[in-house]
Amino acid sequence: MNITVTVNGTEHTADIEPRRLLVDFIRSTLKLTGTHIGCDTTSCGVCTVLIDGTPVKSCTMFAVQANGRAITTVEGLKQNGALSPIQEAFKEHHGLQCGFCTPAMMLVGTALIAENPDPSEDEVRWGISGNLCRCTGYVNIVKSIQAAAAATREAANS
Amino acid sequence: MTATTQEPRTSPEIGGLGHSRRRVEDARFIEGQGHYVDDIELPGMLHMAIHRSPVAHAKILSIDTSEAEAVEGVLAVVTGELLANYNLAWMPTLSGDTQAVLATDKVRFQGQEIAAVIATDRYVAQDAAELIRVEYEELEPIVNPQRSLEADAPLIRDDKEGQESNLCYEWESGDKEAVDAAFAGAAKVVSLETFYPRSHPAPLETCGVVADVNSATGQANIYMTSQAPHAHRTVFALVAGLPEQNIRIISPDIGGGFGNKVPVYPGYVVATAASLVIGKPVKWVETRTENLISTGFARDYYMKGDLAVDGEGKILALKVDMISDQGAFFADAQPSKFRAGLFHIVTGSYDYPAAYVTTRGAYTNKAPGGVAYRCSFRVTEASYMIERLVQNAAYEIGMDPAEFRAKNFIQPEQFPYMSPTGFVYDSGDYEKAMRLAMDMVGYDEIQKEKEQARAEGHLVGIGMASFTEVVGAGHGEEYDILGLKMFDSAELRVHPTGKAILKLGVRSQGQGHETTFAQIVAEELGIPASDVKVVEGDTDNTPYGLGTYASRSTPVAGAATAIIARKLRDKAKKIAAHLLEASEDDLEWEPGKFTIAGDPDSSVSIQDVAFAAYTNPPPGLEAGLEGVNYYDPPNMTYPFGTYIVVVDVDPESGQWKVRRMVAVDDCGVRINPMVVEGQIHGGLAEGYAMSSMQYITFDEAGNCIGSNFMDYLIPTAWETPRFELGETVTPSPHHPIGAKGIGESATVGSPAAYVNAVVDALQHLGVTNIDMPVSSDRVWAAMEGAKAG
Amino acid sequence: MYPAKFDYLAPESVEETLSILAERGDEVKILAGGQSLIPMMKLRFARPSTLVDINRLPDLDAIEVANGHVRVQALARHADVVRSDVIKSENALMASAAPWVSDPIVRNLGTLCGSVAHHDPEGDWASVMLALDAEVVAVSKEGRTHFHPGADGERATGGSRVVPIQQFLVDMFTTSLHPSEMVTEIRVPRYDRGGGSYQKLERKVGDYATVGVAAHLELDDQDRITKAGLALTSVYSSNLKVTDAEQVLVGEAPGAEIFAEAAQIARNACDPASDVRGSAEYKRHVVEVFTQRALAEAAGIAQGGRS
Repeated sequence: MNITVTVNGTEHTADIEPRRLLVDFIRSTLKLTGTHIGCDTTSCGVCTVLIDGTPVKSCTMFAVQANGRAITTVEGLKQNGALSPIQEAFKEHHGLQCGFCTPAMMLVGTALIAENPDPSEDEVRWGISGNLCRCTGYVNIVKSIQAAAAATREAANS
Repeated sequence: MTATTQEPRTSPEIGGLGHSRRRVEDARFIEGQGHYVDDIELPGMLHMAIHRSPVAHAKILSIDTSEAEAVEGVLAVVTGELLANYNLAWMPTLSGDTQAVLATDKVRFQGQEIAAVIATDRYVAQDAAELIRVEYEELEPIVNPQRSLEADAPLIRDDKEGQESNLCYEWESGDKEAVDAAFAGAAKVVSLETFYPRSHPAPLETCGVVADVNSATGQANIYMTSQAPHAHRTVFALVAGLPEQNIRIISPDIGGGFGNKVPVYPGYVVATAASLVIGKPVKWVETRTENLISTGFARDYYMKGDLAVDGEGKILALKVDMISDQGAFFADAQPSKFRAGLFHIVTGSYDYPAAYVTTRGAYTNKAPGGVAYRCSFRVTEASYMIERLVQNAAYEIGMDPAEFRAKNFIQPEQFPYMSPTGFVYDSGDYEKAMRLAMDMVGYDEIQKEKEQARAEGHLVGIGMASFTEVVGAGHGEEYDILGLKMFDSAELRVHPTGKAILKLGVRSQGQGHETTFAQIVAEELGIPASDVKVVEGDTDNTPYGLGTYASRSTPVAGAATAIIARKLRDKAKKIAAHLLEASEDDLEWEPGKFTIAGDPDSSVSIQDVAFAAYTNPPPGLEAGLEGVNYYDPPNMTYPFGTYIVVVDVDPESGQWKVRRMVAVDDCGVRINPMVVEGQIHGGLAEGYAMSSMQYITFDEAGNCIGSNFMDYLIPTAWETPRFELGETVTPSPHHPIGAKGIGESATVGSPAAYVNAVVDALQHLGVTNIDMPVSSDRVWAAMEGAKAG
Repeated sequence: MYPAKFDYLAPESVEETLSILAERGDEVKILAGGQSLIPMMKLRFARPSTLVDINRLPDLDAIEVANGHVRVQALARHADVVRSDVIKSENALMASAAPWVSDPIVRNLGTLCGSVAHHDPEGDWASVMLALDAEVVAVSKEGRTHFHPGADGERATGGSRVVPIQQFLVDMFTTSLHPSEMVTEIRVPRYDRGGGSYQKLERKVGDYATVGVAAHLELDDQDRITKAGLALTSVYSSNLKVTDAEQVLVGEAPGAEIFAEAAQIARNACDPASDVRGSAEYKRHVVEVFTQRALAEAAGIAQGGRS
């Protein structure tokens, strides 16, 4: 089946079979390997991408469902060659160790901040409760997202 | 011996020890440019899927692959029979046993590899794998070691000549006579029987390989999730009969290891064999279910401990008996002389003269493994045993658990301390760490609150664990895996423009070596850490090492790095003397600079020296500025600490919440405090996971319950507690930079703290033990049980 | 990990969808959120030959008040229900339950209607709907050429029927939906003075309930219970409406004693399995405790003056 999907602002057309998972389409067809696969029961969240700004587990969606939609992956966080506030924050606050859950965490954090510009620690923890991490114990991920929220607020105010 | 202060000696620009340098590796990860095994795509690459046994114990009567072979897109279906022609149906394990690559005669655990499909696409591979038809004659599945060791239990390893029972190993340590005598004279004996349940490291990236064997050149490039690439290369050479110089193992970015990526899995071997035969690259990346059901699990340890105490609360002796569930093959990655890993450190942080530890391992119809998941070779099990036993002993004697510990701690002046089972603890100040933790949590206030709460029917508990870790394997005399001694290595080369490259025999899976090891070089040579590139994981380009697990990188490869950097500094001094036309003895060193004593204007930088090494070396001295060190550690290192947990328990539902988790760690000198804290956070979370919800179990039919993330529970950010960290610094006297390693301390020490807290909350009701996972139903059952009994 | 092959259709209108269902309803599966169906397909427990993706159907995602009901249309996501001001002000039980469903990411795609139509016996929404005496609106082709979603009047004539939830939920993974039918909305009656609460014991976010209790109470001006709804999750072969307990509550004033009595009935009515989440005894105990908590919270909200 032919589909057209916009990914990080670029339109892609492909002929794929219906059962191809969106995460596979992103990784194997589009060669964007920043989105990861970590489980087979929709439990871990490392496959999370944004569809029209909303976090979605791309392993539990078929690529054909994304026909005509706009997707943001981790590769689309950088804007005009500059790291986004969330990327800067994760680096500054040691929000990652092995890096496998990081793209998902940053995308979910970005969506969270868009909806709630000043999230409390509880709100961040709740917001990322669909995404697992094995390395960090979540402490610095939460810190990073809150720092990114602060930086985003500051940029908006200036 | 380095200073005890953690104030950095170098400037932030140089970034030596003690700086919380931001991580170099982050740059690629935050842009989604990590390079994990499943990201690798090679021209003509094929995909492999494994057909696995649905039953736990059965004879294989027949395997029919014809339907699978007929699927369009399938190039080959590999069975054990096929592999047997190449002598590859069985392979050695890291514990000196053998393991089936693809089952031939029998299947010995649910999920065991039976056959593999090689196809053009992984969807097709899975379609075909489903069509492989196997006829089984089921046998009694054995799902616990107690049944396994009964005289009439069916023999699981009937493939092994001379194997007459399901006993896998037997090992002991200590002095039975001394212990018996001590127990005879004891005022009190405290006993605890506990089960450390089966768990699984479950890193978010599963295991996988891209095997690329070039039929023309014979070169085998094997990209794999490997925590120990050099050891794996040697094993591949022995198993596959490929010449070792033609094997290149490349361990790219790894999405978490935690010991799961140390064993050699059948999938790696089959993919390599397939690539060899077909002449194309073959990729195999397992699913999460495959990861949980067949790869190296952790723990599954039954322990019974007895502590003998005198009339004043002083420990006299410890006796521990243990049975481990080893699964169908003995595949633990651990030093060969210690069949139960380092479990015999179960004596813990306490000073007493006698201990006797007996261990046995049993084969069962489950996946092979046991040593994994940040356990430091079974120190998680040992630490849990002693810290639970000590807590219960305090209750039985009527002493406060903190004071009981303080009374029995090994004292600072007793180090180096020889334990009753032969460990030589390098340094420690246990009471200092404990008092700091007690201070931070407000121990006395909480004990008071607890009394008040009990009167009101609320349940509050405070639990403690004062652990001593043993890491940094290890000294050649005692430590080897498959005969390979457990040294590690660092190769350092300084370029003409003063930049450097450091190549290591270890392999980070998120611990930040690219950042932290550069800091060691920066400390010793004054070259800014940002000018030092750190390379790991490619066996063609790094010196031989035993890899990263059991918190050994800093103690061993970190030492090698410091030593080779110092050697280069010695050579640099010669070059500096030549440049300054002075005698070496007249030169003073500060990070990055040699100066003639008393003449501050006469100096040369390390960069000047590096340039001179290639353009103006002193006569008689080899050009260049490089070298390699293989470090044989003189001893292990012993990080330690005290963790204190405060919990509130809902008496109606049995649910509990962590109110406070205070963790004081002492890992000696900290290379990068930020990275150290990150490691601790991760371990404390894993300890919480194990104590509260992580659990793999089996039903009577041998079905694995816990083979996916719906059943094997990993806490989210919502359940995971907040942590408060503190530190003391007691350097290791034998380590070149005084560092001890930190990767596993929190996983080792924290489970007992969490469980002690819950038990403490219920202790006045008569509850003395709840085995992990301490789920809400078990809490309730314990309370009901105490009411009844 | 990867599903078996299937054909895929993405109709653009309800008419188109109903035509497909009329012809091939017994071999196709509707794909709404897919957060229950796709995981089953990936494990190959479900192998539909054709998926009918209804996500492109327009005007089918409302959460709104209409004709004395609060209705949630087929494409309203769990996350929409969590965020909905209508739900927050109209139905305390639904507001209480919504955040407990799965995890925040799954809630972005999964739908309430899809969840109920799927009828996983351990799903949360079915208990909520049983407690609220919800109604399921199912439509089919049956001779109609036009369908007007969003119209004010009751869609009473052929092609659409209203199924009470107790009739709709037949058994685990089974509903009384005819293969030619599609659920377009689920609706619950509005109330003047009432409250509700969902108490769920789960081991972690995203886990199924060990025990779930959905309680709904309506009070008159004298603070007497005029309507009671009580349903349980994960402690029976599927979601269980405890009508005996509901009957005991009606006519009474809210209070600890009557709630305890209702909780006893609930405890005895359920039949939980002993498994890794706990023994049957434990689950019965939690049913009793959580029923009391849920009823107390529901009463508190009702008495707090909400209308």
